[in-house]
Amino acid sequence: MENVKIRVGDFNFYYGKAQVLKNISIDIVENKVTGIIGPSGCGKSTFLRSINRMNDTIIGARAQGRIIIDGRNIYDEDVDVVEIRRKVGMVFQKSNPFPKTIFDNVAYGLMVNGVKDKYYIQDRVEKSLRDAAIWDEVKDRLNKNAFELSGGQQQRLCIARALAVEPQIILMDEPASALDPTATLKIEELIQELKKKYTIIIVTHNMQQAARISDFTVFFMLGELIEYNITNIIFTKPAKKITEDYITGRFG
Amino acid sequence: MGHSKFKEKMVHGLFFLNGLLVVLVLVGIFILLVAKALPAFREIRLIEFLFSANWNPTATFVAPTYGILSMFVSTMAVSIGALIIAIPLGIGAAAYLSDVASSRVREIAKPVIEILAGIPSVVIGFLGIVLVGPVIAKIFHLPNGLNALNGSILLAVMALPTIISLTEDALKSVPKSFEEASLALGATYWQTLVRVKIPAAASGIIAACMLGMGRAVGETMTVLMATGCSIAMPKNFLQSVETMTSTIAIELGEVPYNTTHYYALFGIGLVLFIITFAVNMIADVVLHKHQKVLK
Repeated sequence: MENVKIRVGDFNFYYGKAQVLKNISIDIVENKVTGIIGPSGCGKSTFLRSINRMNDTIIGARAQGRIIIDGRNIYDEDVDVVEIRRKVGMVFQKSNPFPKTIFDNVAYGLMVNGVKDKYYIQDRVEKSLRDAAIWDEVKDRLNKNAFELSGGQQQRLCIARALAVEPQIILMDEPASALDPTATLKIEELIQELKKKYTIIIVTHNMQQAARISDFTVFFMLGELIEYNITNIIFTKPAKKITEDYITGRFG
Repeated sequence: MGHSKFKEKMVHGLFFLNGLLVVLVLVGIFILLVAKALPAFREIRLIEFLFSANWNPTATFVAPTYGILSMFVSTMAVSIGALIIAIPLGIGAAAYLSDVASSRVREIAKPVIEILAGIPSVVIGFLGIVLVGPVIAKIFHLPNGLNALNGSILLAVMALPTIISLTEDALKSVPKSFEEASLALGATYWQTLVRVKIPAAASGIIAACMLGMGRAVGETMTVLMATGCSIAMPKNFLQSVETMTSTIAIELGEVPYNTTHYYALFGIGLVLFIITFAVNMIADVVLHKHQKVLK
């Protein structure tokens, strides 16, 4: 039996007058990886950033409709944005550790959320780094600046940082697009591991990657949700011609 | 081809000369200061000059004394007092402008801050006499308000534009990705500012404050008008003081040429030059480091 974790209904999104998401409705399944694919500018990143209300920071951005997480519309007026972002973690396209030590990077989310207990923070940092499969590489240099790590390590550190606050959902915006194949593989293996505990939504430009790692695939184009199904079906017998054209690389 | 290449070289040379000229002027000033200051030390011991608090070059019946320590301490006290006032205000204003203010407010505020930087120091000094002074006198029940605190307040006003605009630049240069990462972890705007943006911009902010300090140390007319001008070792901020710059400005016009007193005033100028040069150098090095870190 599969549980729906996020229920999106008639969701529209505007930057000023331009509408970038049109009537999106979709149910996202718990403890699965949902991949979002589509050509550049199709609104897939905007959709991802709507789920933790990161778009709030953009001037002139406006949302309409519902994104319901655990029975609560996150766009209701009395919702605390900070609360949502604790529940919905995010990993960005370009790894963006803070110019702080490795330890402080992972501990940051706990500290801003008012955790004071030193031992608890230490435990969480270690656990998060282990879960992000980077503990063995950094355990001897937790007090070194995070910028000393390689690109792939920095990205896994950012994943650890997101895990530290114990979110339920993790949004990933092309997390491997700036990495080499080896580092990409590590991130992909990590995602398979993480879905046991978290609901993961990943935007990717890379069709093979979507096919490899996601259980469900969503195809976006020009701000509309064209097709949504089990990954296998999307990639073998899509219902719509345009999905097939995109997947087979006829446009991109 | 030959012609345009020649022209290119000419322009190149012209700009090189311009650059060279600036360096020459700086070196020239330094040499002049040293040349004019050195003769003073035929009669004054350097130790006494730097570490004695007695400045009485026009003594007639006793031997004249040339100790600049009390002026040096006054300059530092007034400048550091100014920074204590200006730094929190400056960082606050810069953070407001870079993070909170709407673009409308920013468009108005930025030129206003630049105008503030352009107000002649004599006008600020005037405000010190007619406005700040009486207020200080009233609050602390003093006969007059011309003292170190008055000087600090005015210098803070003068250092603010530098501190605000450079701090704002430093905050602006912090990559947006840091801010997003912080917000995505459930941090508030305030936490993001204090825990991520200000630390990331720290070297730029420090440089901004150093440059503000450089300005305060070298400022003359304002402190001359507002601090009461009495040479004494300052014991608190409510006492009248006289800074190094004021002493030079007051005494150089009346001193007989090529006397020890005359040379000693150049000696003060040399000390000031070295202080401001050092402060600016440090600021520059720190600022450079800041830009490197963010790359």
